[in-house]
Amino acid sequence: MTSAAITAGKAGTGRKLNSMSRDRAWALRWSYFFLILFALFFLTPPIYMLITSLKSSAEISAATNPWWVYAPTLSNYKELLGSSQYQIFFRNSALVSIFVVTLTMLISVPAAFALSRMKFWGSATLATGVFLTYLIPETLLFLPLFKMFVTFTELTGIELINRWWVLLLVYPTLTVPFCTWIMIGYFASIPKELDEAALIDGAGWFQTLTRIFIPVALPGLIAATIFAFTVSWAQFLYPLAFTTSTDQLVLPVGIITTLIKGDVFNWGQIMTGALLGAAPPLIIYAFLMDYYIAGLTAGATKG
Amino acid sequence: MVEAVMRPQATARTARKRTGLHKAMQRKSTIAFIMALPLILLIAVMVLYPAGYSLHLATLNKSMERFVGLNNFTFLFKRETFWLVVWQSCIFAVTAVVFKALIGFIVAHFVHNIPTKGQRKWRGMLLVPWVIPPAMSCLAWLWLFDPSYSAFNYIIALFGGDPIPWTGNTYWARFSVILVNIWIGAPFFMIMYLAALKSVPDQLYEAAAIDGANWWQRIWFVTLPMMRNIIAITALFSLIVTFANFDIVRVLTFGGPIDTTHVFATWAFRIGIEGGDIPLGACVSLFMVPILMFAAVFILRDINRRGNEA
Repeated sequence: MTSAAITAGKAGTGRKLNSMSRDRAWALRWSYFFLILFALFFLTPPIYMLITSLKSSAEISAATNPWWVYAPTLSNYKELLGSSQYQIFFRNSALVSIFVVTLTMLISVPAAFALSRMKFWGSATLATGVFLTYLIPETLLFLPLFKMFVTFTELTGIELINRWWVLLLVYPTLTVPFCTWIMIGYFASIPKELDEAALIDGAGWFQTLTRIFIPVALPGLIAATIFAFTVSWAQFLYPLAFTTSTDQLVLPVGIITTLIKGDVFNWGQIMTGALLGAAPPLIIYAFLMDYYIAGLTAGATKG
Repeated sequence: MVEAVMRPQATARTARKRTGLHKAMQRKSTIAFIMALPLILLIAVMVLYPAGYSLHLATLNKSMERFVGLNNFTFLFKRETFWLVVWQSCIFAVTAVVFKALIGFIVAHFVHNIPTKGQRKWRGMLLVPWVIPPAMSCLAWLWLFDPSYSAFNYIIALFGGDPIPWTGNTYWARFSVILVNIWIGAPFFMIMYLAALKSVPDQLYEAAAIDGANWWQRIWFVTLPMMRNIIAITALFSLIVTFANFDIVRVLTFGGPIDTTHVFATWAFRIGIEGGDIPLGACVSLFMVPILMFAAVFILRDINRRGNEA
């Protein structure tokens, strides 16, 4: 549009066009320059994790250039992956995350379907309520929950504190509201004609959900699954408050509480543990980046 | 559509058929309610009940046997550490959110400026801090800030500067905690603002360019008004999350030196779980509620307004 208007002008505008493209080129150069600076800032900690994880403790305590590895070794990885304690942490984390993701999807997908398509008394209020619960932080709830679990044990004799599976009860409070919220958004964007056609063809509500809504809203479902997984993998406060013995810990808490012992910091192993703890979300992100970002932006732009 | 198809049949037949339809409608809402029931139960038992219960807890004594009214609150008001925590939480949340928003906005502009085919790669790299579990990346920062082996101090020493006590001195510890929070949160703002920038129609910029607007006027009169909603909602969201943050302070400074970097969440954990005084801890975390409600009201207003437009 503008270029058409400019070329249609007099000869003098030719010079202006030239200066505009020169401005543009400089803007591009500056953009790249600052992007590199910001990328450096954003990527320094993970890169430093990798550098340190490749060092032996002798090299770390020798205080040579911290930004360079002189004698790279995989001994930290071997030691950590070989230790049964680390394997237990990893197993606990994986079990918790997988169960929580499954539970979250089983709860939030039917609920989102009911709230977006099958209006019932109070459904609009409930949809808003779901969103509001997403805004209640876990830091407000961990103490009353702790006390509730203790009281429950006193009443029934079933031990809840210091069992990894108690996390299956509390993590859904973090994942379900947001997943329901973004699924409501995705379901609402499906044209009404589609499920009406299914109803006329004799499909029940359940069939409409499984045969029409879930396949059509699959990108949203993937985004919600990724969100639920990353949240349950990264959660730190609840496991720190509810589990203490080393065989019940999940990975983030396990690394922080067992590898940091008093004044002795084995930084090579701590960084290796941190990197391995960060690896599953990073790998998922690397392969499913577009879904990940869609899930991030859906919370605020849909609805 | 369904009603349109079904209505001629219903009116043509007898009243018995209409009650059948009525029953079907009833059944539809019953099915819907059952489908939403797990969600309702989860929210009621694991969110609403504990939220109300914490109000009750806050009025009990340490052994949770006796009702003490507002004694926990008056006790807190008399403690110097409490006011330090209030002050620190507010500085922490406000400064961090402002800088996250600023850096997110600037970086989003740079990413938006470069050719489209390279954007995906840059966006992918710049979001990495948000993807790493905060507790894990804080460990990396803790090691970068180490008193004797700090990799930052190594660089500073190369340029002949004095080593910085990153987590050892109150002011530097506050700075470090906020810096790490900005590092984790800025990429989220960047992604949100980038999505918003893409939704601003090019014609507006072209019109502004024809009118002779410079880059500053383009941002002030075109970009910002178009992005106002998303800027507000992202900032409010982030305000809630930052205000209630636990991981960063817990891993990086443990609240030290001498309790000067504690925020509500970490102090409540220290008192409630480690100190064994659950009522007092619940009392501390309840002080987060006013600011959360403030932000929630604004977010809800915005969502309702957009709901009405649609």
